[in-house]
Amino acid sequence: MDAIRRHPIASLLVAFALLVTLFSSVSIVPETKQGIITRFGKPIRVINRYKEGAQVGQVGAGLAMRVPFIDRIDWIDKRVRDIEMDKQQVLSTDQLRLEVDAFARYRVVDPLRMYIRARSTDQFEQSLAPILGSQLRNELGKRPFASLLSPEREGVMGNIRRGLDRVARQYGAEIIDVRIKKADLPDGTPLQSAFERMRTARLQEARSIEAEGIKRGTIIRAEADAEAAQTYAAAFGKDAEFYNFYRAMQSYEVTFLGVNGSKVSPTTVIMSPNDEYLKEFTGR
Amino acid sequence: MSIFTGWGARGRAFFSDNKGPWGAPPSGGGGEPPPGDEPGGPWGEPPKRGGGRPSTVTSLDDFLKRSRGRFGGGGGGGFNFGGRPTGSIFMWATIALLALWLLLTTFHQIGSKERGVVTRFGRYSHTLQPGVGITLPAPIDRVQKITVGETQEITLGSAAEETLMLTGDQNIIDIAYQVRWLIRDPEKFLYELAEPEETVRQVAESSMRQIIAQVSLQDAMGVKRGEIESRVQEEMQQTLDAYESGVSIQGVAIKQADPPAAVNDAFKEVNAAQQKAQSYINNANAYALQIRQKAQGEATAFDKVYVQYKLSPGVTKRRMYYETMERVLQNVDKTIVEAPGVTPYLPLGEVRRTAPKAGGQ
Repeated sequence: MDAIRRHPIASLLVAFALLVTLFSSVSIVPETKQGIITRFGKPIRVINRYKEGAQVGQVGAGLAMRVPFIDRIDWIDKRVRDIEMDKQQVLSTDQLRLEVDAFARYRVVDPLRMYIRARSTDQFEQSLAPILGSQLRNELGKRPFASLLSPEREGVMGNIRRGLDRVARQYGAEIIDVRIKKADLPDGTPLQSAFERMRTARLQEARSIEAEGIKRGTIIRAEADAEAAQTYAAAFGKDAEFYNFYRAMQSYEVTFLGVNGSKVSPTTVIMSPNDEYLKEFTGR
Repeated sequence: MSIFTGWGARGRAFFSDNKGPWGAPPSGGGGEPPPGDEPGGPWGEPPKRGGGRPSTVTSLDDFLKRSRGRFGGGGGGGFNFGGRPTGSIFMWATIALLALWLLLTTFHQIGSKERGVVTRFGRYSHTLQPGVGITLPAPIDRVQKITVGETQEITLGSAAEETLMLTGDQNIIDIAYQVRWLIRDPEKFLYELAEPEETVRQVAESSMRQIIAQVSLQDAMGVKRGEIESRVQEEMQQTLDAYESGVSIQGVAIKQADPPAAVNDAFKEVNAAQQKAQSYINNANAYALQIRQKAQGEATAFDKVYVQYKLSPGVTKRRMYYETMERVLQNVDKTIVEAPGVTPYLPLGEVRRTAPKAGGQ
């Protein structure tokens, strides 16, 4: 104790050094990270490694011991991460272009391998993004445009995932899935011509709807006419001669008097005394 | 090993002493704790090591001694005891800070919609339910509060900006929708996904694209909206479950599904055509109704008359003839001419002039 009092600054420094040593020999390992302990650059141990199906709080995370100053811990994310890809133009077998934006989700299952091959997940993501792009182009390029729109149906996404997974395994990562976020027609001609096609299709539909309306209208009228004719025939057919007379009477009335008080042009009738109507007039 | 403990003790002594004048302990700031922070270090038993012996070396040492003396209270009859009130304030402030810090990091109030995820030295320990939870103080246990009961919303696309998607029949639709989700398992949400919110968003986009690409434009704009919404929800839930995300999708709502602005006019034309076609049909129906009624009316009228005519054909016919002629001839100018040869010389002009009078009567 006397030594401390005699050399307080020296003691302070020693204490500080001790504390630093303590801090650097114990590490807190969070649930979200896997650690690789390297001694002079040589990996010696992996802590909190991902195990499939393991519950949180059961394994790995917590305090970890290491030799101070000599051992170094590098962290690799334990969570599911994503690789984003730049938009890719895909050319279908029928020579149509589609702009595809996709992402892949992965998890580091072998942090040591990841550490050796890529050092960090960022590095890994950078090197895998172009591979994802080319996988996508290759797989989608084998198909006609129509099936590019829903590649999930034909297991195309599974193929892409497997292809990417083969590469990712070399880095100690597992691809969980690959999904297409966007699939659009490229701006400019393809998009404009699609709009034009939609427009003309709509106009065609409009015309056909209108024509259909006219057709149905005409049929309805004709049916009614036919039915009316049938009604007339059924009634009038009983006595054609009487019908002729009856209708003639109606016709004269309409012609000379008008229907429901409508005006008819003034008429002058010149009759001969021999007329049927005037037969009795002459008193014969 | 004995050397080590000795050093440790000395170091600790020094540290506990240093705490006094310098205020808060190094790890008490609430930030990331330094690895391996020893709990005993910062606040362990400072008062006992009193012993206010006279200082000889430096002013710093001197200062430390005095502080210690004060800290110790009546411990060793401290040199210059109570001489500097500022030093005493330092002490009490430190104690108060320590107490406050302990209080703040030990008791945690968890709201009704929250869960507190407790980690001990980084390892997940347990989850605090709503109410007040007690944990070990900060560097050991840390609590992360996560809101679980509250529905969160993600809106994709808007009325102002076009979000175009390709439909199954290779048309383009402008779509805007909203996804409601909440955190089901706070631990999974924290530990399984690197960017949970961003992931939900991406999965929403990709699921909607996937489902829209399987339906036709007409279906997407109209009748199948509800079906699309539930299929997207299902697809999202499946995908997020595969990530062990601890997220539950509450619902997907399509707020807008319209043709793109570039082709909107053509779509309006279809509507107009539908209206037009409907009006053609309506007119035809009206005509049909009219013509049928007329036919039936006339046929019935003829039937009635015919029944009477049949009873006495000759008389009825003559009667009808005369009645009609009466009606017809009473309103027209009548000229009766005897000789057939005269007709060409009739003053037709005269006849015409009197005609309007006749018509007007």
